[in-house]
Amino acid sequence: MTIGTSPPDTAGTAMRRTSGVLASVLRLRELPVTLALIALVALTYLANPLFLGQQGMKDLLLNATIVIILAVGQAMVIITRNVDLSVGSILGIVAFSTGTLFVAVPGIPIVLIFLSGMALGALLGSVNGFLVTVAKVPSLVITLGTLYIYRGLNNAWAGGTQYFAGDRPDSFGALSVDTIAGFPLITLIAIVVVIIIAIFMASTRPGRDLCAIGSDPEAAKLFGIPVTRRVLLAFLSNGVLAGLAGVLYASRFNSVGATTGTGLEFDIIAAAVVGGVAIFGGSGTVVGAAIGALLLTTITSALTAIRVDKFWQQAIVGLLILAAIVIDRIARIRTAKKLRHSEARDV
Amino acid sequence: MSNPPTELLPTATNKSGTRSAGVPTARGRTGIARILLGRDTVMIYALIVFIIYAALFIPRFYSPVSTGFLLLDVIPALLIALPMTLIIITGEIDLSVASIAGLTSALMGVLWAAGLDIGLVLIISLLAGVLAGAFNGLLVAVLGLPSLAVTIGTLALFRGLALVVIGDNAVANFPPALTSFFTSKLGGTGIPTVMIGVVLVAIIFGVVLHLTPFGRGLFALGYSKEAAIFVGIKVVRAKFWLYVASGSVSALAGIYWTLRYSSARSDNASGLELTVIAAVLLGGVSIFGGKGSIPGAIAGVLLIGTINFTLRLGRTSDVVLIIVTGSLLIASVVAPSIIDGITKWLHTRRHRRTLPQAPASGANRATASGVQEGK
Repeated sequence: MTIGTSPPDTAGTAMRRTSGVLASVLRLRELPVTLALIALVALTYLANPLFLGQQGMKDLLLNATIVIILAVGQAMVIITRNVDLSVGSILGIVAFSTGTLFVAVPGIPIVLIFLSGMALGALLGSVNGFLVTVAKVPSLVITLGTLYIYRGLNNAWAGGTQYFAGDRPDSFGALSVDTIAGFPLITLIAIVVVIIIAIFMASTRPGRDLCAIGSDPEAAKLFGIPVTRRVLLAFLSNGVLAGLAGVLYASRFNSVGATTGTGLEFDIIAAAVVGGVAIFGGSGTVVGAAIGALLLTTITSALTAIRVDKFWQQAIVGLLILAAIVIDRIARIRTAKKLRHSEARDV
Repeated sequence: MSNPPTELLPTATNKSGTRSAGVPTARGRTGIARILLGRDTVMIYALIVFIIYAALFIPRFYSPVSTGFLLLDVIPALLIALPMTLIIITGEIDLSVASIAGLTSALMGVLWAAGLDIGLVLIISLLAGVLAGAFNGLLVAVLGLPSLAVTIGTLALFRGLALVVIGDNAVANFPPALTSFFTSKLGGTGIPTVMIGVVLVAIIFGVVLHLTPFGRGLFALGYSKEAAIFVGIKVVRAKFWLYVASGSVSALAGIYWTLRYSSARSDNASGLELTVIAAVLLGGVSIFGGKGSIPGAIAGVLLIGTINFTLRLGRTSDVVLIIVTGSLLIASVVAPSIIDGITKWLHTRRHRRTLPQAPASGANRATASGVQEGK
């Protein structure tokens, strides 16, 4: 069991024996989802070239941006063998706070909006993390509770109020309209976020610790990893990213109110799972989660582009999630088998 | 209200002490004290106290009309909470229940609009739920895939199929005789007629869980899958049939939802899965598996339902309702941990007064076990 749950990139001797670029590419957890994305985009493009036209690309990226940021944060949490169901509520509250700030403080610099949104997200995320680590109750239960509480607070705060695009300065809305080299500004922000988090997860001590905790919490503890602090860090980061997504949501969409972001939680977890993040932690990458998010959002546009009934979209998403779980299981079994063989040779 | 045989039977569960770290109430108590002080029984007391309070101080609460609306509102959650309790006790979860209810509702609408006989419509819809549950069971029990991920997938899949079936249409013209039956009351009591069926289903699930070897096996399964296999419990078969039961009952809830509101839509009952899980956990069912009871889960559903209803009677806005649900859930799971922590801390302090680092080591131990159990 412990063999099966260790992440493939640290899996050991089997890797070194059959080294080679091709072999290691084939073992990448992001590979299935990347291939699926390429196939989807290619097939849709063949059917309808407009799909990859300038406007088509822009829509594709805009739709994916917010989900990508949320999925990356969620991946950090899931990798530690936890989950955060409250992200939709955090996004809602932050998006509304953005609208409120613009109205309450006319002429407020946009940088401040971003900072305050991320700070609010950090606060809400760390409440989750604090409850999970201090009360030692599974994150599924705690964040189910905070999902309701944050949504309730959002309702209480917003009531029937809604803020529309007109309440915000044009430069803020322009973030999701203006492009550099075909990439909308908010998408560039998301890409930078993905790169930073990916580097953090792959090559810093705390980042590797998160993987170790998810792989085997007991072993991580014995190894001397400050489990509580690291898990708190994962929830806090997820909160910050959900906050950022909330601010970008306010920039991208016309209205923010009491119900903004409702029901997002499972879409986000689905994006991470489709991207190869194992639901019980320990393996997967944030890049995979980002590609998963891109795949799921692209499906919607692709179905429209090839004129398939839009009602099929959600069913296909469901099938993709199930496929991702099955692929993950097969990969695990193969890794375990390889490890058994190589260990047998070592003896 | 409570269920004595549950706790009196010697079980495999209370002998393996390894996973009892988080919940102090059941430890070391035997016989009648276990029943009267159990986590689920406390929830029943809370429900009774709250109902008495509401009857005395909330105007218009103690009336047949109130009882009727209250019960009509909680029936879907109440139904689904029953199989959910069994599934969570085995250490799994089913997030797809509300989507199955939605799919059933959509199917009902389309079949009825297509002119099928209403009896046939009901049978096919129910069968769809059975199949959906069997699909979950196949993936989780037979293939051994993680239920949390699988049922997030089928949550999307079944809701998606509901959309495919009915699109954004709504069907509303169900036979008036049938829809009025679903909102009818028993005489002047205000209790909906359908409650008879709901109580029957509840009794079946209660008996299966608490009074049959199969049900006792589910507790063992939730505690330790390996041990359950060794004592001869057919793990795969048990889990498979639980998911089938969950699908079937969700279909019943979907049928009820459709006829109660006389409307078949693809988004019927959406989000209900979280309400049900929150209520079940509030009712003392442990998310780790191995602990919980049907009376406790029912008390959890009724408590949330009653509180929401009284708040609405008192013209409190929906805002507070959501916050109350969330806070109750968190308080109910965090409180035992905190009490446990304080007890441990006091204990270590009393016994090792000479060693200043003792409390810290106690806390560390608890962290380790808590993380280990975390999913």
